[in-house]
Amino acid sequence: MADIIKVQDVNKSYWRDSIEIPVLNNISLNINEGEFLALMGPSGSGKTTLLNLISGIDKPSNGKIIINGTDIARLGESALAKWRATNIGFVFQFYNLIPVLTAYENVELPLLLTKLSKSERKKHVETALDIVGLSDRIDHYPKQLSGGQEQRVAIARAIVTDPIILVADEPTGDLDKNSAEEILTLMERLNKEFNKTIILVTHDPHAASKAHIIRHLEKGDLIQEAV
Amino acid sequence: MKILKLIFKNTLRHKLRTFLTIFGIAIAVIAFGVLRTFVTAWYQGVEASAANRLIVRQAVSFIFPLPYSYREKILQVGDVTKVTFANWFGGVYIDQSNFFARLAVDPDTYFDVYNEFVVPNDQLETFKKERNTCVIGAEIAKKYNLKIGDVMTVDGDIYPGRWEFIVRGIYQPKFKSTDATQMLFHWDYVDERMKQEMPGRAGDVGWYVVMINNPAKASNVSNQIDALFKNSSAETKTETESAFQQGFIQASGAIITSMNFISFIIIGIIMLVLGNTMIMSARERTREYAVLKTLGFSGKHLAGIIMGESLMISLLGGIIGLFLTYPIVVGLGELIPRGVFPVFEIKTITLVLAASAALIIGIAAAIFPIQRALKTKIIDGFRFVG
Repeated sequence: MADIIKVQDVNKSYWRDSIEIPVLNNISLNINEGEFLALMGPSGSGKTTLLNLISGIDKPSNGKIIINGTDIARLGESALAKWRATNIGFVFQFYNLIPVLTAYENVELPLLLTKLSKSERKKHVETALDIVGLSDRIDHYPKQLSGGQEQRVAIARAIVTDPIILVADEPTGDLDKNSAEEILTLMERLNKEFNKTIILVTHDPHAASKAHIIRHLEKGDLIQEAV
Repeated sequence: MKILKLIFKNTLRHKLRTFLTIFGIAIAVIAFGVLRTFVTAWYQGVEASAANRLIVRQAVSFIFPLPYSYREKILQVGDVTKVTFANWFGGVYIDQSNFFARLAVDPDTYFDVYNEFVVPNDQLETFKKERNTCVIGAEIAKKYNLKIGDVMTVDGDIYPGRWEFIVRGIYQPKFKSTDATQMLFHWDYVDERMKQEMPGRAGDVGWYVVMINNPAKASNVSNQIDALFKNSSAETKTETESAFQQGFIQASGAIITSMNFISFIIIGIIMLVLGNTMIMSARERTREYAVLKTLGFSGKHLAGIIMGESLMISLLGGIIGLFLTYPIVVGLGELIPRGVFPVFEIKTITLVLAASAALIIGIAAAIFPIQRALKTKIIDGFRFVG
């Protein structure tokens, strides 16, 4: 399988006043299409920062990040926003659903940026909610759902545009054991059945064990470790 | 259009806050509309002025009279087509609160010069023939339930004594801006009594109204008239009717300026209130904006969402305010004596200004929150704790 993600010699630093704080040091990483990769490491090791760089919500200080042939580090804000909308599906630890929108409307959000008609959007939303097993909750607001259900809505929102890559930052971090297991099973299914390339950031070894590859980050350095 | 639902739902997220802000804007628009109506009512006399009418008054002050003998001399000036005159009579009708203009006029010429006062021919002829009669504006007739043949009794102050006038005519205003609250009676009738009771004041005219055939010659004709009476005991000052009315307004200039100033201060205050609401909303949603950006929403989309919410609140407040302004202005118009503001109504310009103010408030209040939402990086948005 071809490399869909190529991270080449990436460094990332943040500035606090005049002090430079290095977060990632010379990271290089290739991920194949359809791969399920887990990034692990202690807090502050830079795993979320690396995920943010790969998903195009932050930019590296230097180095290249080539996703499906596009060097996203060179894209402007507007082009990057469009790129994210079509290529990346996001799953966050705290779900980040819009509280005033129903499950259906939350999942529909990314489709509002497309040229799809209302009926086409409906079809996509219903399919996504069906995949995550929430077809019967389309009119429920986030506060009417359990944490596991909210996360499944968030996953439906992530896959509704059929992106090539799913990034998940501690998706089970705020869930009980059973709900966490449901989410992990769902992610495995998305990887196997729908061939989604998944990058999972987690502290949880059990969650990481679902991945094909686990990479450890420590103090901004990537340590290779095959499973 | 697709994000309209999100805008609508965001607007209703904090129902009480949104309601109070809309209510505040509505109150501000009402206050703005009412104050502007007062200001425009003040300028009504200027608006209703005819371009081909000149006012000749005593040069020293309007309160000093001119001799009746000036009439013939003014008529001799080139480009003058008609001359009429009037005296401010004053007096009290029923009680002091019933203020409206009461003028002693020349019955033969007054309605030719003021042809916007439309009197039926038969009524005008009767009025001209009977000296102790009057013609009243339709609004006065309506307010005091007066009809032809009724007697109006006025207690004189400038012209002392008890005066009775039989209503022989009711004039209708030709234009919307025409004052329909005047009471007009024979100058001869008043002068006759003056001759008997206060001979020193007989033969005096308050001011002349001169009709000219070409408004472009107003300045030239004015100079000619004033030149006629230069170095006399009663020098004249001739000016266009509009300038004459403007002079009255200038006497109340400070009040009008204050009203104008306050009306715009109100708009400024409510702009801050809505701005504060929008800043609070945007701050609370910092994380959500980060989510939307992550999902691919551009700066333009976010600006649209914030601006849409701000405009929805401000325009809703504006519309409610404008709807409520109508009955309030009508109610105030009923309370204010008719003669104080002959025409007291909301002008189109007031509506346009109030609607524009609501629109500008909506736009201005959204600028800072939009700037903040656009400047905040996605990762900072996710870290934000509101």
